Amino acid sequence: MGLLLWLAFGAAQAEWGVNMAPGATEVSRSVFDLHMTIFWICVVIGVVVFGAMFWSMLIHRRSTGQEPAHFHESTTVEILWTVVPLVILVLMAIPATKTLIDIYDSSESELDIQITGYQWKWQYKYLGQDVEFFSNLTTPAEQINNKAEKGEHYLLEVDEPLVVPAGTKVRFLITSADVIHSWWVPALAVKKDAIPGFVNESWTRVDEPGLYRGQCAELCGKDHGFMPIVVEVKTKADFATWLAERKQASAAEKELTSKEWSQEELMARGEKTYNTTCAACHQASGEGLPPMFPALKGSAIATGPVEEHIGIVVNGKPGTSMAAFGKQLSEVDIAAIITYERNAWGNKVGDMVTPKDILTFKQAQE
Amino acid sequence: MSAVIDTDHKGHGHAGDDHHHGPAKGLMRWVLTTNHKDIGTMYLWFSFAMFLLGGSMAMVIRAELFQPGLQIVQPEFFNQMTTMHGLIMVFGAVMPAFVGLANWMIPLMIGAPDMALPRMNNFSFWLLPAAFGLLVSTLFTAGGGPNFGWTFYAPLSTTYAPESVTFFIFAIHLMGISSIMGAINVVATILNLRAPGMTLMKMPLFVWTWLITAFLLIAVMPVLAGCVTMMLMDIHFGTSFFSAAGGGDPVLFQHVFWFFGHPEVYIMILPAFGAVSSIIPAFARKPLFGYTSMVYATASIAFLSFIVWAHHMFTVGIPLTGELFFMYATLLIAVPTGVKVFNWASTMWRGSMTFETPMLFAVAFVILFTIGGFSGLMLAIAPADFQYHDTYFVVAHFHYVLVPGAIFGIFASAYFWLPKWTGHMYDETLGKLHFWMSFIGMNMAFFPMHFVGLAGMPRRIPDYNMMFANFNMVSSIGAFMFGATQLLFLFIVIKCIRGGKPAAAKPWDGADGLEWTVPSPAPYHTFQTPPEVK
Amino acid sequence: MSEALGIRRLVLRLSLVVVAMFAFGFALVPIYDVMCQAFGINGKTAGAYSGAQVVDEQRQVRVQFLATNAAGMSWEFRAKADDLLVHPGGSNEMLFVAFNPTDRPMTAQAIPSVAPSKAAAFFHKTECFCFTQQVLQPGERIEMPVRFIVDRDLPADVHHLTLAYTLFDVTARKPPVAQVSQ
Repeated sequence: MGLLLWLAFGAAQAEWGVNMAPGATEVSRSVFDLHMTIFWICVVIGVVVFGAMFWSMLIHRRSTGQEPAHFHESTTVEILWTVVPLVILVLMAIPATKTLIDIYDSSESELDIQITGYQWKWQYKYLGQDVEFFSNLTTPAEQINNKAEKGEHYLLEVDEPLVVPAGTKVRFLITSADVIHSWWVPALAVKKDAIPGFVNESWTRVDEPGLYRGQCAELCGKDHGFMPIVVEVKTKADFATWLAERKQASAAEKELTSKEWSQEELMARGEKTYNTTCAACHQASGEGLPPMFPALKGSAIATGPVEEHIGIVVNGKPGTSMAAFGKQLSEVDIAAIITYERNAWGNKVGDMVTPKDILTFKQAQE
Repeated sequence: MSAVIDTDHKGHGHAGDDHHHGPAKGLMRWVLTTNHKDIGTMYLWFSFAMFLLGGSMAMVIRAELFQPGLQIVQPEFFNQMTTMHGLIMVFGAVMPAFVGLANWMIPLMIGAPDMALPRMNNFSFWLLPAAFGLLVSTLFTAGGGPNFGWTFYAPLSTTYAPESVTFFIFAIHLMGISSIMGAINVVATILNLRAPGMTLMKMPLFVWTWLITAFLLIAVMPVLAGCVTMMLMDIHFGTSFFSAAGGGDPVLFQHVFWFFGHPEVYIMILPAFGAVSSIIPAFARKPLFGYTSMVYATASIAFLSFIVWAHHMFTVGIPLTGELFFMYATLLIAVPTGVKVFNWASTMWRGSMTFETPMLFAVAFVILFTIGGFSGLMLAIAPADFQYHDTYFVVAHFHYVLVPGAIFGIFASAYFWLPKWTGHMYDETLGKLHFWMSFIGMNMAFFPMHFVGLAGMPRRIPDYNMMFANFNMVSSIGAFMFGATQLLFLFIVIKCIRGGKPAAAKPWDGADGLEWTVPSPAPYHTFQTPPEVK
Repeated sequence: MSEALGIRRLVLRLSLVVVAMFAFGFALVPIYDVMCQAFGINGKTAGAYSGAQVVDEQRQVRVQFLATNAAGMSWEFRAKADDLLVHPGGSNEMLFVAFNPTDRPMTAQAIPSVAPSKAAAFFHKTECFCFTQQVLQPGERIEMPVRFIVDRDLPADVHHLTLAYTLFDVTARKPPVAQVSQ
């Protein structure tokens, strides 16, 4: 019955979108071929074996007056059904081996990207290009909590996708800063574990520009289901433009630090950044999830001396999940978050922390 | 010792000398009992209670996954549910159920008066309620229970774990000790207490598969104990077995865990192979096809289970040669498993079959387990596994081998031997209803998981994109149906204990074996004098 | 009662197996380390290398340097250059910069890893800051050297390898029980 179901749905696969997709790279297509080959071999074996069983169940019943036979062994048959499956397995192993060797190809790449998993976001670093950024989930909490209509790319959308050029061999160096994650984009057929302390290598060469989505595939704690991956493949020319812009943007970010900020501007930016960066643990309501993730609403840090507040955000708190955001976020974002935390949810400290304060704090540390 | 075979019913026996009195009265009978039938009964009830508990956690999971969005539970509780569901089903439901069947049936099948080590038997059972009490109690602690998956990969389960992880480790130790003692008891019983003439190659396959399972348990449960001990030391005593910061390696954890974990998978299925090998011949009224090859196939599966563990780890970054080795070794397992399936099919071939409930479960076992085997074959192909790994395809795969495999095997055994245990026939109509509801519910719950997995849904996530929504809803409905149906099973068993058509010593005309030579219900003491086996 | 004796002997033997397998679980740790270093599993490299090799002037390999902070680590940590072109067999040096911006002394441990993993066994460190823990006072900045040789026998299809360090904050850890041997 299961098999019949499988077949019925198999026929409808194209419309239902329930099978593996062939993907966007040579490797993903050969993996898909392999998958379909093995699948059909299994179907054929299944039809033969289950066919015999169902035939037997229909015909060889006591209710049809069947007398039981007495045979209970046959060396010939037993050798046959040991050897035949062995041969089939060898036939399966040949293309699998070939594909695997292709995947382990270590020829030179044109672009190297370091991917670092964090609880619960990805960091992409273009090696030798001075470009690095975090990629966070952008699906709003209202959609997750069913208070708003869910968008098409619900849970599969990020603020900054990984951008790579088409037709280029891109090497990924995958690692993690905390627990084990796994970087998986089905269309690229790349799934590699990100292991703290160790670096894993993988690569891809995508033919066509487009957007490809994936998710973290290894349980990594609370928000394992909320750290998607989006890969944007651009033409080589577009990619070069993007990279140049990116380099400029990081310079521009530096300038923002010296701008005069108003309380409203900081609060607005702070709320946005808080929700992408901090709300996963401390919650949008600021109430946290004690005891693992303490509340900020009314907390001693968020309503106490500002230096301590800046210190904990910039340097983190060793021994807890609180990361050091000094290097993950710009001064503007840190200032905005702290201002927001000190003035939201009934925390009425009333002061304002500017990007300059953060810069001064960081410089004072040096 | 008396030469009279005791035929008294429970609670009435004073026919022989002092060794022959029946069970004590009241609660202390169960606390202090060393009788293999009492202990078997307790194991079975305990495992059923755990099955319902683990099952209700599955209901929570499926209710949350009924629709996209977070409705019922928050992600951190969801993770505790998936973790506890896995741990309870594996260590609390499936393994104790098989130990319970072993306790009841192995002495009856080999003509032994009891298990070889009856007092240890009592102790190994009573460790289990302690272990699971401890484990479940962590759910009510401040930081919550274990939330790192039943595979508890470091460092999520060490550096980043909730405080309750220490209780979890202690609980694992207790259940490990219980399993090891149970296994030693089984080996000692089978190797020493067989009736005269019961040579190894005359033993029923259930006894054979249990003997091999027991050796697997003795070999790998201590490794699991070592693994959690290392975790404990990392967490509390400053060592760094699994922490890169101190020169350890989180991947080492996975190697140690799966060195235990893969044989564990066979521990959960081999006894079911054995039971089904008794049930199918009984209802096909034809001897088992290829008894000898069944024994060798079981032994080869057990052997191979030690050299395939890294196929759970194809994506951690194993060198090419390693991937190839583990892929080939894993594919090889298909050969002995195939032999078993062919043997069962040939046993049915040209038999004179009837389809009572045990047979229905047994046939469903063969077919659905084979489907799980097919998806296992697909998962063994390393390059394709890069796409399947840690998706719902894997969830579908192992539920296909564990639900219709282990669980249906246990149901088949329960229906098959209930008349022997209770002295009454169970309600056949209700039994069939239980089967069909379970069969439909189970397929509805787990078959769509293949599709969502292939379409790209990772496992262990509390929320998902709408493209996975339809099949998840189907899955949840199937799961609710399967879950609710199990209450029917409880009803059937209670009804059967309380009354029903009296069962003959051998209620199944095609059945074969020593257990059918004693009356139904089996007296409190059996085979005080060993039977002669021709 | 030879039967009871038989059971006792069997139980004793099985218990020994249990103890042996428990010990085997722990033995997997050194076995794994040996396997890793022999086959470069997980990109692990061996400890200090004391051999010397003839330089292969014909061949050039690009060695790339990564410096990553583990979560909770607030030091500034980077290599002075992104990469280096080296000849197999030759001795090379790269400097890494570390800076402690906090107001307390901190201890750090760097963990090296090499990709692709099949190259790890051919990457020899003759001197490395990762052999010991680093202690930095508040505001202290140091330059830490790693000296290495890429083996002449590096497989021909490897043109390019990555040496990645992850820096862990080990200030709160108890003194190391086992000496780090990477």
